[in-house]
Amino acid sequence: MSHDNHPTHDSHELSFWRKYIFATDHKMIGLQYGITALFFLFFGFWLMMLMRWQLAYPGQAIPHVGDIWPVLGKAVDWIRLHIFHVSGSNFAEETLPGGVMLPEFYNQLGAMHGTIMVFMGIVPLAVGAFGNYIVPLQIGAADMAFPKLNMASYWCFFVGGWVMLISFMVPGGAANSGWTSYPPLADIASFGQTMWIIGMVFLITSSLLGAVNFITTIFQLRAPGLNFMRLPFFVWAQLVTAFLLLLAFPPLEAAGVMQLMDRVAHTSFFLPSGLVVSGKPLEVSGGGNSLLWQHLFWFLAHPEVYVLILPAMGIVAEVIANNSRKPLWGYRSMVYALLILGFLSFIVWAHHMYLTGMGTAISAFFQATTMIISIPSVIILTCLFISLWGGSIRFNTPMLFALAFLPMFGIGGLTGLPLGLNTPDIHLHDTYYVIGHFHYVVAPGTIFAMFAGIYYWFPKVTGRKMNEVLGQIHFWPSLVCMNFIFMPMMIQGLAGVSRRLYDGGAQYAHAQGTLHLNVVMSIAAWALAIAQIPFVINLIGSLFTGKKVENDNPWESTTLEWATPTPPGHGNFTTIPTVYRDPYEYSVPGASKDFTPQNEKTVV
Amino acid sequence: MSAIVPYISKPRPDTGLYNAKMGIWLFLASEVMLFGALFSSYILLRIGAVDWPHGSTLLSVPIGTFNTIVLITSSVTMVFAWASLKEENLARFKLFLGLTILLALTFLVVKGFEYNAKFSHHLFPRTSTYMAIYFTMTGLHAIHVIGGIIVNSYLWGPGAVMWKEDPARFTNRIEVAGLYWHFVDLVWIFLFPVMYLL
Repeated sequence: MSHDNHPTHDSHELSFWRKYIFATDHKMIGLQYGITALFFLFFGFWLMMLMRWQLAYPGQAIPHVGDIWPVLGKAVDWIRLHIFHVSGSNFAEETLPGGVMLPEFYNQLGAMHGTIMVFMGIVPLAVGAFGNYIVPLQIGAADMAFPKLNMASYWCFFVGGWVMLISFMVPGGAANSGWTSYPPLADIASFGQTMWIIGMVFLITSSLLGAVNFITTIFQLRAPGLNFMRLPFFVWAQLVTAFLLLLAFPPLEAAGVMQLMDRVAHTSFFLPSGLVVSGKPLEVSGGGNSLLWQHLFWFLAHPEVYVLILPAMGIVAEVIANNSRKPLWGYRSMVYALLILGFLSFIVWAHHMYLTGMGTAISAFFQATTMIISIPSVIILTCLFISLWGGSIRFNTPMLFALAFLPMFGIGGLTGLPLGLNTPDIHLHDTYYVIGHFHYVVAPGTIFAMFAGIYYWFPKVTGRKMNEVLGQIHFWPSLVCMNFIFMPMMIQGLAGVSRRLYDGGAQYAHAQGTLHLNVVMSIAAWALAIAQIPFVINLIGSLFTGKKVENDNPWESTTLEWATPTPPGHGNFTTIPTVYRDPYEYSVPGASKDFTPQNEKTVV
Repeated sequence: MSAIVPYISKPRPDTGLYNAKMGIWLFLASEVMLFGALFSSYILLRIGAVDWPHGSTLLSVPIGTFNTIVLITSSVTMVFAWASLKEENLARFKLFLGLTILLALTFLVVKGFEYNAKFSHHLFPRTSTYMAIYFTMTGLHAIHVIGGIIVNSYLWGPGAVMWKEDPARFTNRIEVAGLYWHFVDLVWIFLFPVMYLL
């Protein structure tokens, strides 16, 4: 055991505030990010569970929630009265009167579910938490290049997240124009939309600071001998992700500034002339362009899709290499595919806008780039599949999640192709098919990879392994439920059911044949929530009762993060390691053991 | 604390950069995307507009020219401040960085008078799309100028104590602040013709 083998840097004790709250150590910041992001993920999931009741049983009171809601409403009313000085509000009546959801509240939940999951859940977990904790360890660095910037990045995220949460309490409720905030609707929406923009500015600043930090760290702080083609795939994935965040987010920030001007200074960046709202002409100067927002938004939000998926691929690659006891098949092609993917992701954005009347020439261009970008994704996925071939696979919990990622992401990716083609998109655009497609990518795709990462690196963080039985109880129901939620969405979408319907399509003739699926999906969503209970028990319980690891490298891995003490102290390594070999030298012929760590000079 | 991270003042041999210099270039890349998006929006809005005023009919070209000269001069004094540190002359450094800050303040004061003149003629961001993009872009640029003033004032005052402890690192800080300041200057060099002359 190496618990009493901490590096000498740790000798001076930090105060509680410096160690846990205003921490500058990348590992503590990573944990802060991880805990906060998991909280937001569960919160966003909870919003969705409320919505799923309304979709399955439109107009019926939500059981149990309807009973406790007035209590919550009273608390919000108190805050409104004493903080926002708005009297006479009745939160419960404005959202769930008698437990029945109002359309206005449904719209808020829809917009905020998307915003929370993408910007406050997945990205902070994939980049902020895993990136922060693992990248410096895998490149043999003592910390991130800019520890104070790292702290600022977390606290910007924290403030931005809370601005978003508090926006539920402002008069008129949270943002309700969809997570895409399309104008002109978003320009004239209630005050919650202004809060949304302010929150986004904080979240964007956080990502920007993080991106600068990650790129500098990876370029500047690699250990001796660790050249670029020896970097673990996870580090490559984080590097490309950081470039996407760095260059794609600022245009959204520009768009956010313009929308803020539209809302606060009454400019008309996104408001065309002659707009009529509720029967009255809107008194603005006009002359704006609402498509401008869509271009700027998707210029961010398409690369954002790759921000969501690339770190996940990185984690899966690590877990698969480790548990198949084989080097990754086609490491170099994977890296080149990653770079091409990163570049191409900047020139596909308008495939979200085929039906806006851009013109056929532009649509054809974006259709072509969209088809081309599927090639590098398929290369990476294929390499991961072939990596399994002939391996001696260990079916532990991280590996199960990583293995499930492959077909789930495969379904998500392949169902995207019809959307990327102009003609089928006419039918599929804005239907539940779209929702099914991208949730397959992000939910059983990215989130499963996040789970794999948590189970895989937990022993490094805590010195204990998570429970395998609870892990299996977590994995199998989650896999089943995910498919029962998102596969029926594809069917509904093919039937033409719109994604924005408050009643789940009950009023529409063409939706009648698929209405029963709403109940299936909702029950699966609630069952998925129950399936997360073993995970929570496992995560917290294993901190205290998990099986202690016997050495610093319990999974017998080759990458540098396992060459640190467990858990790593301040400064990470007792001595900065030197790298002699490629990242995944498993089962080297002639070696006495089936793994040869990167910092081992000669094969023994 | 952060002293455990290498390449704070010496460049890493294979990249040729010290950490902060790489960091500021990356940050400036993101700033290019920020202002690039706004300039692109300007082009799109102008192409789609029924009529678009000529900048000189609404703004004063002489005042804009004066402010351009002020900012360019401040970039020159910023370089002199850095060069003074390279020559290990702290007094001259204080003089030139002080001048940079004063010139930046001059720019803001002139800009404030310009804004005020517009308001007194009832020209507000909501008046037209031209005024909207004028106020948004010059306002965002002004925020960047204010940021530069704050950073430079810190380095002129309390931050300068680092010169005694670690002169190489302090010189790097001035170089990094200078890179940012030149960028702010460069944005204005694009803004001036686009807003005033075209």
